[in-house]
Amino acid sequence: MRPVVVAGVGMIPFERRDEDSLMDMLATAGLNAMDDAGLGDRPVDSVYVGNMASGLFNHQVSVASALVDRLSLLPAAADRVENGPASGGSAIKNGFLAVASGFNDVVLVVGGEKMREVIGPKATDIVACMTHPEVEYIYGLTLPAMAGMFARLYMEKYGVTREHLAMVAIKNQTNGLLNPYAHIQMKITMEGILTHPQSHINSPVVADPIHLYDCCPVSDGAAAVLLTTEEIANKLKKPLVTIDGVGQATDTHTLQERSDPTDLKAVTLASEQAFKMAGIKPKDIDVAELHDAFTILEIAESEHAGFFPKGEGAKALERGETQIGGKLPINPSGGLKARGHPVGATGVAQVVELVWQLRGEAGERQVKGAANGFSLNFGGFGNNVLAFVLRRKS
Amino acid sequence: MDMEVEEYLRPPELDLPPYPPKVVTLATGGKLIIRQASREDVPILLEAVRPAMKVERDFYDIVAARVYAELLGWYRHRVRDEFCLMGQIDGLLVGVVNTRLYSRELGISLHTLATERGLRIGAHLFAAKMEYSFEYIRQEEVLITAESPIGFRRWMIEYELIEREGQHELGGATPYGLTKELYFKHKDRLVAGERPVPEELLAVAEKEILVASEEDILEKILGARRKVQ
Repeated sequence: MRPVVVAGVGMIPFERRDEDSLMDMLATAGLNAMDDAGLGDRPVDSVYVGNMASGLFNHQVSVASALVDRLSLLPAAADRVENGPASGGSAIKNGFLAVASGFNDVVLVVGGEKMREVIGPKATDIVACMTHPEVEYIYGLTLPAMAGMFARLYMEKYGVTREHLAMVAIKNQTNGLLNPYAHIQMKITMEGILTHPQSHINSPVVADPIHLYDCCPVSDGAAAVLLTTEEIANKLKKPLVTIDGVGQATDTHTLQERSDPTDLKAVTLASEQAFKMAGIKPKDIDVAELHDAFTILEIAESEHAGFFPKGEGAKALERGETQIGGKLPINPSGGLKARGHPVGATGVAQVVELVWQLRGEAGERQVKGAANGFSLNFGGFGNNVLAFVLRRKS
Repeated sequence: MDMEVEEYLRPPELDLPPYPPKVVTLATGGKLIIRQASREDVPILLEAVRPAMKVERDFYDIVAARVYAELLGWYRHRVRDEFCLMGQIDGLLVGVVNTRLYSRELGISLHTLATERGLRIGAHLFAAKMEYSFEYIRQEEVLITAESPIGFRRWMIEYELIEREGQHELGGATPYGLTKELYFKHKDRLVAGERPVPEELLAVAEKEILVASEEDILEKILGARRKVQ
């Protein structure tokens, strides 16, 4: 396989974007990535669009075909890639394979979702369509409900507390204040969301023990990366950041079929694959973007990806190791918790953040000297997971 | 002013009990002081309401225009038995709510306008005016309607309001009722605040009602427009 370089990255701020259509958002993020790369008139061979549910959210499908036309990239190949909340990661994997295999030289990957076109309960219902229709969905199971059950089991098994969950929320919302692309720009406190006797009114129960501030917001947004070969990238203007490791693994569709529901096997396997391919270990990672759709997931993923032993993720959090300036900063972007989680965009946005970090372009949230980055995009409730290792080459 | 005619135009007023100020701890850890606004406070409140009339998003323009008219009407003695509560953080005005008494027993919830968003300030202020109606004025029911989807979700769904016949004074959609029983059912879940307010916090709030600049108010309502495309 040929080395694959992320030559350009682009994003639009994640927020509620009433004024933009889904296509506006995808096109702007895509143009930003092409501009960032300084691609000029060089043709794009393929476009992959990570998007989960534009048909349900926006009554529009075939968005990849529409995007290539909107961007005047005809006759580039175009595919929409759907893998639930890991749609963005899957789109990047497909773009990676296209370049690595020699099938394409220049690939644009765009992830995006416009979720705020529907009201919150409807958005939760649409996302819940990824659950098993006959043994989960019909009983009213939603992703927050799954997170609640998972969190309860994790707490009992590993001693994680609600205070740990709140620490993740506070850390990531603090990081979000440093990210102009983050949806939530608000510093929160332990008193305000947990310890004050009336904090339950600010942060009501969503699915015990998950409270409001343990959940990511529902956002609109898009992000894009331009992938190419080293040969072409060397002629462009940006420092080289390569995708050195890719991993993907699946697990049972339903949670009930897992022998230990707290064991996120697909996270472990996808991460191991990515590290093996990159030829480095978790200890070599300088910055990580994990899929904290719910605060408990950041802790659990940090262990399953190999950064901390099981049961030690919360302790590392307590010690401040996962803060910017800590041993392994996790989610300096604010993560899904603060940056937002337009589902199809997330996997791409994570890689965009890593590229900014590895180039030294992350502004106030820059992790000093970051050379190796890791991202994890968690589909379903851990039933289809993608992991990436990125490295700075120059 | 011809006071002879004015006497005909000014509605009589009920004596209402005072609403004791309270402090609500926000998710940020910030302290929201909720206290009763007096008629003399209205000119400064109108300064904060005026910019919101320019915002179409979430029907802020309609709500702000009506709040403006209601407060002005109260200030100039053209609205009967209206009360207004306001929210301040470090003295800065962040929202107002108002209600009018149709009778001793029945309140007409008018509007809730928060000029800072994302902290449940509107929800805390709405809860405070219901607290005033039920626990201090001791009303039996408050009629409520909504002009925005956010208001509809927040009031109608969170409090399980009961659909009522007839019309709300604001016109518009179906009126809903919050009864005393429903209020007390949901009070622990939705009504925050502690009393007495620490003296130093109350002193800051009472010293001056600070109003943000129009630009700041618009940015807070619309969400910070980051300097990126």
